[in-house]
Amino acid sequence: MFFNLFFELKSAKVPVSLKEYLTLLEAMSHNVAEYNVENFYYLSRSCLVKDERNLDKFDRVFGSVFKGLEPPDNPETEEIPEEWLRKLTELHLSEEEKAKIEALGGWEKIMEELKKRLEEQEKRHQGGSKWIGTGGTSPFGAHGYNPEGVRIGQEKSRHRRAVKVWDKREYRNFDDSVVLGTRNIKIALRRLRQFARQGAPDELDMDGTIKYTAKNGGWIDIRMRPERRNTVKVLLLLDVGGSMDDHIRTMEELFSATRTEFKHLESYYFHNCMYEKVWKDNRRRHTEHIPTWQLINTYGPDWKLIFVGDATMSPYEIVYPGGSVEHWNEEAGQVWMERMLGHFKHACWINPVPERHWEYTPSLQMLQQVMGHRMYGLTLDGLDRSMRSLNR
Amino acid sequence: MKFTGTDSYVATDDLMIAVNAAITLQRPLLVKGEPGTGKTVLAHEVAKALDRPLIEWHVKSTTKAAQGLYEYDAVSRLRDSQLGDEKVKDISNYIVRGKLWDAFTADQSPVLLIDEVDKADIEFPNDLLLELDRMQFFVYETQETITAVNRPIVMITSNNEKELPDAFLRRCFFHYIRFPERDTMQEIIDVHYPDIQKTLVREALNVFYEVRDVPGLKKKPSTSELLDWLKLLMSDDISPEVLRNKDPKKLIPPLHGALLKNEQDVHLFERLAFLARREQGN
Repeated sequence: MFFNLFFELKSAKVPVSLKEYLTLLEAMSHNVAEYNVENFYYLSRSCLVKDERNLDKFDRVFGSVFKGLEPPDNPETEEIPEEWLRKLTELHLSEEEKAKIEALGGWEKIMEELKKRLEEQEKRHQGGSKWIGTGGTSPFGAHGYNPEGVRIGQEKSRHRRAVKVWDKREYRNFDDSVVLGTRNIKIALRRLRQFARQGAPDELDMDGTIKYTAKNGGWIDIRMRPERRNTVKVLLLLDVGGSMDDHIRTMEELFSATRTEFKHLESYYFHNCMYEKVWKDNRRRHTEHIPTWQLINTYGPDWKLIFVGDATMSPYEIVYPGGSVEHWNEEAGQVWMERMLGHFKHACWINPVPERHWEYTPSLQMLQQVMGHRMYGLTLDGLDRSMRSLNR
Repeated sequence: MKFTGTDSYVATDDLMIAVNAAITLQRPLLVKGEPGTGKTVLAHEVAKALDRPLIEWHVKSTTKAAQGLYEYDAVSRLRDSQLGDEKVKDISNYIVRGKLWDAFTADQSPVLLIDEVDKADIEFPNDLLLELDRMQFFVYETQETITAVNRPIVMITSNNEKELPDAFLRRCFFHYIRFPERDTMQEIIDVHYPDIQKTLVREALNVFYEVRDVPGLKKKPSTSELLDWLKLLMSDDISPEVLRNKDPKKLIPPLHGALLKNEQDVHLFERLAFLARREQGN
């Protein structure tokens, strides 16, 4: 009966199965939709879509199947990935402009601006080519995507009267591929778990109870044991300020994920490279700091040391005494790095700079040497590898 | 037997269709949505509207699927055997019924709410597949099969903390409670506070949707927070004029504690207020 809808959904990569289709037919035979098109839409949506990320796809397919609309040629090119926009604007905007945009309300604003621009383009090109002019000055035209993509629903359509519920495409926002979220980070961090039984005995030890009861001649002897807990201890040292400002978002995600994942977690901040002091609170960094020696003396070698930073600085800051940009350091950063690594056997460096750019930064190369090639990118794969290296 | 919302719950058309489909075909209904959009309340209201008993099973991270069926209390039996209690001869004395068992054997077909199914272990939904599909399960200790006398209406809520397995999803109807639009929100408020001043609601809704539109909020205020806030506004006798006040110095809405639950969000607001003030100064 609705084969078309079913197969169109399948080809639009909405995961539908025969079971769900049969459920829809069953519901139809029970007259749940009461021969009302809108109700049928709701019913089929409830039967066939099981994830809100697919609702938008469903709306599009439903619209095209029951209206005889041409499906979009290639849904991939229809939407402009936000990443592109960011990339493009990063290329085309100066620092001041970036700051200005941030002040205006950030990237959302740019998106809006772009949409407006594309809409204008669409009007100007009416009847002509569908594509944004390639010879123009628009930085966005070069990629030649379809201007239809940023038009929302059918709002601008001439058939305004005929707007149907599914044309509103309310679920648009959800249809995006997930980027590195905290959940993914957490899963990568799980590799570092180390279970051990410590603390108060509050769990029934079944095997022990049976053993001791038998020993006791059948007279019950209950044994308790402590719960199994993750006992891994992590010392997190974070680079703040300067060039790290570009990575604040990912850093926040990483930080919140580590905070929930590890029970024994201590974190301190440093700037660019390790020197004789670190600090806990960025607002009071100039007055309240902790000597690096204290870290070495407080935390035993069983703590796992994770540096997070972009390792992008002048090579002087690593090699020479007094090279620090912020203060006079008696000993070179390298000395302090080696001292830390000598104490903490399990250490790694996580770097938010994409790995393919590493070879162009001398200081990064130097620290990679100091770390003994235990520097990894802040990607899921990089986190995975870094956790493995910490477990070694 | 149709669900059409109640006098204290506004159900949109699509929600009603989904609920009625689940009732008619006796399949579970999976409800997702932003926190505070009334997922759990839905089950309460369906039970109330259809005049059925409600059985709630709140899932936690430590909940096992088997606990919903039954648990065998081996320790009490062991203890009783030591004390020479007569009860010990009958194993069924030590079977503790779970929520599903209760739901299956209730006299009147109940509404069973499995709340926050995503909190549990990843395998939890898979372990309940057969039980929810056939509405029956087998008790190994007593070698009996428990079958649902009256198939319960099963409502499952999820907060999207974990992806649910496909096999589980295939057996459910699905509904995503979208965040209510202004009109729906107005209806919801009318249902909850019939005597509230119209102008206050209008201004409060303006502020509310403005707050939701602020980019970068960690936790957007939801329906339940709006209702709390309105209650506070009413009890503090805040006049609509105060809300309408577009003075940038007072960008933070009055009694914002009900709307913004996160320190960082309040900071964000303060920063915006500061920027707005500076803009005015220029």
